[in-house]
Amino acid sequence: MLSILPSNEVMFEDEMHNYSFSEAKSLKLKSAMGFRAKRVVSDERTTGFDLVTSGLDYLFEHGLLDKNSIDAVLFVSQSPEYIMPPTSNLIHGKYGLGERVYCLDINQGCAGFIVGLQQSFLLLNNPGINRVLLCNADVLSPKVSKYDRNSNPLIGDAAAITIVDNTTEPTTIVGEIRMDGTGAMALNIPAGGARMPISDSTSELYEDSFGNKRSKNHLVMQGDNVFNFVQTQVPAQIKKILESSGDNVETIDHFLFHQPNRFMLQKLADKIGVSRDKLPSNVVENFGNSSGVTIPVVTTYNLGEQLKNSEFKVCFSGFGVGLAWGTIILKVGKLDFCKLIYH
Amino acid sequence: MRNQIIQILNEIRPEFDFATENNFITQGLLDSFDLITLVTDLDEKFDISIDGTDILPENFESIESIESLIRKNGTKK
Repeated sequence: MLSILPSNEVMFEDEMHNYSFSEAKSLKLKSAMGFRAKRVVSDERTTGFDLVTSGLDYLFEHGLLDKNSIDAVLFVSQSPEYIMPPTSNLIHGKYGLGERVYCLDINQGCAGFIVGLQQSFLLLNNPGINRVLLCNADVLSPKVSKYDRNSNPLIGDAAAITIVDNTTEPTTIVGEIRMDGTGAMALNIPAGGARMPISDSTSELYEDSFGNKRSKNHLVMQGDNVFNFVQTQVPAQIKKILESSGDNVETIDHFLFHQPNRFMLQKLADKIGVSRDKLPSNVVENFGNSSGVTIPVVTTYNLGEQLKNSEFKVCFSGFGVGLAWGTIILKVGKLDFCKLIYH
Repeated sequence: MRNQIIQILNEIRPEFDFATENNFITQGLLDSFDLITLVTDLDEKFDISIDGTDILPENFESIESIESLIRKNGTKK
């Protein structure tokens, strides 16, 4: 597993003046939510494709991946390179992969790593597919209004490459993914798709009832709805999957969750009955929330060296955009590489 | 407990007099981010962890409802 973060770091205090709230109030929120710094692309022309290919170049140059061993490329993102063609095909073309190599783009956000992992497992059931290149990437910072206190402090950019291989060793993987489209608009970007093309009118800033300014080209988060959904659905799913795999919170070594913000994760940890040490919540304060990439980021940042040398039973869980929520319990470890690099 | 809650609320939104007000959410005295700060401060002050599923607007509309919430979440103070 390799995470790729932009080298550009932006501090919370540097953008506080953009929000229509007092400094004292902003600093209180900073403490509660775990805002400190985020990693975002410095140039809006840098895309998720750029971060992923930067990571692939690193892997190829260091002899960590043989491009001829790749049987499928998955690109999971909500910020594709183009509307057309799929970004996975662009990756395929850039590296001259063989015609038999299967390409698939998946439009998923916060649960994107879980969805991508599940799709990787399904692909590995096919004859001739033994190695899947799972690429998660999101560069959403250009889609966030710098005057929006709800989202600007926490949205970061990142990409990750996870190599998912078939094995002949017996292993058990237990998981579940659920969807609720009735809550789909809890997290949305109104303009830029077929329903509402970008125009001069969609680009005009408007102010919401809380003093946040954004345009229809920008991300909208209905924080209350998302929070309540997470607090209700995720603990129930974790409990169910733990029971299905014959585990409990003590037998899981690490809970590696999507990183929306520290407050939400600490409440989840308390609800599930897991110590906050086993459920790290330190990604937003160091890198920001990069949607579907935060699970690889929390994994490589907190357990990089350990996962090269040891094996752990982990519980991955992603939840948010869609609304979608997914949890997988499996053993992970003795990895050829597990690190975080900067682009 | 009442005075402690009022003190916390006044620190979050000093422009309002919570001792004399009601309908804190409905009237716009507290927004969703204020609730996060409030819950964090209440957890620390009363040595509790308010359940995430209890973080609903109706539980924060008045001093009385906040007191009920704190008791429900097991304060020993």
